[in-house]
Amino acid sequence: MWNYEKRLEFPVNIKEPNAKLAQVIISQYGGPDGEMGASMRYLSQRYSMPDRNVAGLLTDIGTEELAHLEMVATIVHQLTRNLSMEEIEKSGFAPYYVDHTVGVWPQAASGFPFTAAQFQVTGDPVTDLTEDLAAEQKARTTYDNILRLIKEPDVCEPIKFLRAREIVHFQRFGEALRMTQDKLDGKNFYAFNPAFDRCKDCDDKPDCGCNN
Amino acid sequence: MGNNKDQLLRDIGIVGFVLTDLSLYLDTHPFDRNAMEYFNHYNRIKHQMEKEFSMKYFPLTINMAESNKEWRWGMAPLPWEGECG
Repeated sequence: MWNYEKRLEFPVNIKEPNAKLAQVIISQYGGPDGEMGASMRYLSQRYSMPDRNVAGLLTDIGTEELAHLEMVATIVHQLTRNLSMEEIEKSGFAPYYVDHTVGVWPQAASGFPFTAAQFQVTGDPVTDLTEDLAAEQKARTTYDNILRLIKEPDVCEPIKFLRAREIVHFQRFGEALRMTQDKLDGKNFYAFNPAFDRCKDCDDKPDCGCNN
Repeated sequence: MGNNKDQLLRDIGIVGFVLTDLSLYLDTHPFDRNAMEYFNHYNRIKHQMEKEFSMKYFPLTINMAESNKEWRWGMAPLPWEGECG
């Protein structure tokens, strides 16, 4: 279960509405490399991690991603509240506005809705952790692309914070992959899926690293 | 008064971030005693600061939300409102 803290992980206080920025930043809410996909990916993958510390890490990073999701939603909300009809029409925000007014709905910048098809849960720890490493880099690239589009310091600062966290998570996932492989067959990490197969050593070596 | 409130909330955010980052580090370095000492130290400070903030302003977490006259948790501002809301 979860507890909620009534504060953001990093402060967001945006003074001027700007629908153009909101339309690109919303991609990190519900886009292909956004925070919703990130949190759902890690929180869903954790059940098949044989290493308890690694499953705990996925829980904690998945939880931090929920805090990032809230930060991105806050940025979008503060960029779109108090918009005039004239600004909505001029900035190209009308197609979003007609369906959602200025509510926050999970979609990519292109308008494509959030979908679980944006991430995988293979049930194979090595495969899933390798996807997680790529996911952190893809999110970092998206934040880099956003930062080239914006100059406003009150929007840039929280985006820079989120970008830096992707790099830290990448580091931790690298360690988690190593911790997982350390408990597998060093000559062939792919000899069996420790979350599914019963390995050859099970009967004579209880510490063989597999889940059975 | 307003400034004290914002300052204390900022400080809680800073200490909270130290703990978030440390907890991920400890997940992959579960025997690093220095990191644990660091964690314990800042965890105590954060708890103290949250207690002070809750008494003076509003509860940041449900376990600090004990109320008498009005439901303080429900009356508390929401984080996306921002300072300029």
